[in-house]
Amino acid sequence: MTELLEAVLRGLGTGSIYAMLALAFVIVYKSTGVINFAQPAMMLAGATIATYAGPAIGVVLFASLSFFLSVGIAALLTALIALVIERAAIRPMVGRPAFVVAIITIGIDIAVRVVAGGFIGLGARPVPNPWGLDGVDLAGVRVQQRHLVSMAVLTVVVLALLHFYRRTRYGLAMRAAAFDQEAALTQGVNVGNVFAVSWAMAGALAAVAGSLLAISAGVDRRIWVVALIALPAIILGGLDSLEGAVIGGLAVGVVQALVGSYQREVAPWLGDNFSVVAPYVLMLLVLLAKPYGIFGTPEVRRV
Amino acid sequence: MTATATERRSRSRGRLRGRPQLYRSYAQELALFNTRPKQVWVGVIVLMSFLLPFLVSDSLLQTLALGFAFAIGALGLNIVTGLAGQVSLGHAFFLGVGAYTAAAISGDPDGRTIGFGITNILVWLPAAGLVAAVAGVLVAPLATRLRGLYLAIVTLGLVFIGEFVFGEWSDLTGGNGVGREAAVPDLFGYDFSRDSESLTADQNLYLLMLVLMLVFALGARNLARSRVGRAFSAVRDRDMAAEMMGINLPRTKTVAFGISSFYAGCAGALIYSIIGFFEPSSFSLLLSVQFIAMVLIGGAGTVSGTIMGALFISLLPTLTRELPSYLPVISAQVTETPNIYQLESILYGLLIVGFLLFEPRGLFGIWVRIRNYWKGWPFSY
Repeated sequence: MTELLEAVLRGLGTGSIYAMLALAFVIVYKSTGVINFAQPAMMLAGATIATYAGPAIGVVLFASLSFFLSVGIAALLTALIALVIERAAIRPMVGRPAFVVAIITIGIDIAVRVVAGGFIGLGARPVPNPWGLDGVDLAGVRVQQRHLVSMAVLTVVVLALLHFYRRTRYGLAMRAAAFDQEAALTQGVNVGNVFAVSWAMAGALAAVAGSLLAISAGVDRRIWVVALIALPAIILGGLDSLEGAVIGGLAVGVVQALVGSYQREVAPWLGDNFSVVAPYVLMLLVLLAKPYGIFGTPEVRRV
Repeated sequence: MTATATERRSRSRGRLRGRPQLYRSYAQELALFNTRPKQVWVGVIVLMSFLLPFLVSDSLLQTLALGFAFAIGALGLNIVTGLAGQVSLGHAFFLGVGAYTAAAISGDPDGRTIGFGITNILVWLPAAGLVAAVAGVLVAPLATRLRGLYLAIVTLGLVFIGEFVFGEWSDLTGGNGVGREAAVPDLFGYDFSRDSESLTADQNLYLLMLVLMLVFALGARNLARSRVGRAFSAVRDRDMAAEMMGINLPRTKTVAFGISSFYAGCAGALIYSIIGFFEPSSFSLLLSVQFIAMVLIGGAGTVSGTIMGALFISLLPTLTRELPSYLPVISAQVTETPNIYQLESILYGLLIVGFLLFEPRGLFGIWVRIRNYWKGWPFSY
């Protein structure tokens, strides 16, 4: 039982990171109708900036505050990078098929990832933080502190996003633009700005997720693959649902942790690293049953 | 062999001199080469490519042979993405299926990995294509239910699952970091990968790949102008309208995936039979993206454009490798930081972005612009 609980908590911890990445995908998809395949590069860039910002600011008051400061700097700078990319490569493509824009983001992803990889170098770069792999005892259940931190950050992010979308002018404008671009334009919404803001938000979220991911083992060139695990998460939740993204991300994290803990005993024939691809297998199974995900809106087509 | 009256009449109506755009029958418009200059120039280019192995160095020939093999794979992706409009990021998976099928059939029966010892290319090449096609048809039920970006994500998942399976199944693949030998290109005892009496190994491979690519390209062109190919285009342009016209959507998409995977399987088998050795991590997302880059840079939906794109991308490493001698900032060592491999990856990325932004029709589109400029020269239109 303890083992199961520990696995679930571990899953919720990594799941929180997936959920943030999934939210980033959904934010861009909702306002621009495009899947931003440059997300892995944004995450890698953000985490890399955090590894440089951390040592640069040193220790401010106490260690956890300085970690969040470096994450904040990384989020801001990554948002700026995202803004530049959006202005230069995505805005000119307004009105073109979503598939073409998605391929453009793949191209951006490759280029940005190589540049970020150049700053990382061959080994792993640590993000200074007070937690590392330390654990804490919660009523006999052992949890790593970094997982608790990820969950806390996710909670803050979700509350902030809810407030933003429900209570602010800009959030309303973004929902309007997502619902119907032309109608939003006629009501005075600057759809171009909406695109820019959604890209910046997605970039910042990716940077936060990347830095949290780097708490345990630092940043190396291969962690970009993690950002793609958010894709099964948004497929499970549906491409256009924020709640779905959070639930999907957490679900993918838990499934992965459970598979990691139990698959070797239950189904050893699946091989050693099956937990890495388990989210994709889960995604295929769900899509066979429900083609638009569990929370997604089925596309209504007109002739 | 009995032609109907209409067909006979349309054939008897010739072309008008100096009016290449004027078609006087459907048969003319659908012809393999619908204008005379096209016919002549394709002939000239093919003839020159057959003379090339006796004029240029062997290392360039090897690059070109690889380029031709990649072109076969790109033609496959062009069928499913360019013609039928179904975005597939899973091309690397089908390439892997084909490469391993061929390697297993031609492999050494007493070796470390599975092998049946049948090295004849006439056996392993079709087998590689067919097994990959079966894999494609098995994936198709997902494709028929999903549209656009959902399909892109699912095929992306396929690459990850495939990479995992190839890595784990070490009896077949040798496992990660170890790999296995690829299929041997052998035709009734004539081994193309060895020097023969009159030709070097690279000349042999170049000619083999050239012939195979021409066969596959002819196949792709003929497919595009057949009933099935027109159904593909209809599905791409507006799938609901296509359905209203009586096109069976699930069947059309399944056929598109099957044929595309057949091409991918053959290409996978051929690419690694040139290189000679491969390991599971070759079939990653980057390989899929390379193929997408070939199709997009060349010009989606066109056969000649796709071949141009494949050759362009295959020659890119040769070009970047020359750079360190001109720009000393860029290093040829993997360990130093602006190095040629990084530059190469960045170029893939930027070329994809650049072409989609400025010339969505790709190299083919640039060619069309040049042609149109000279058509009206010295007038601008």
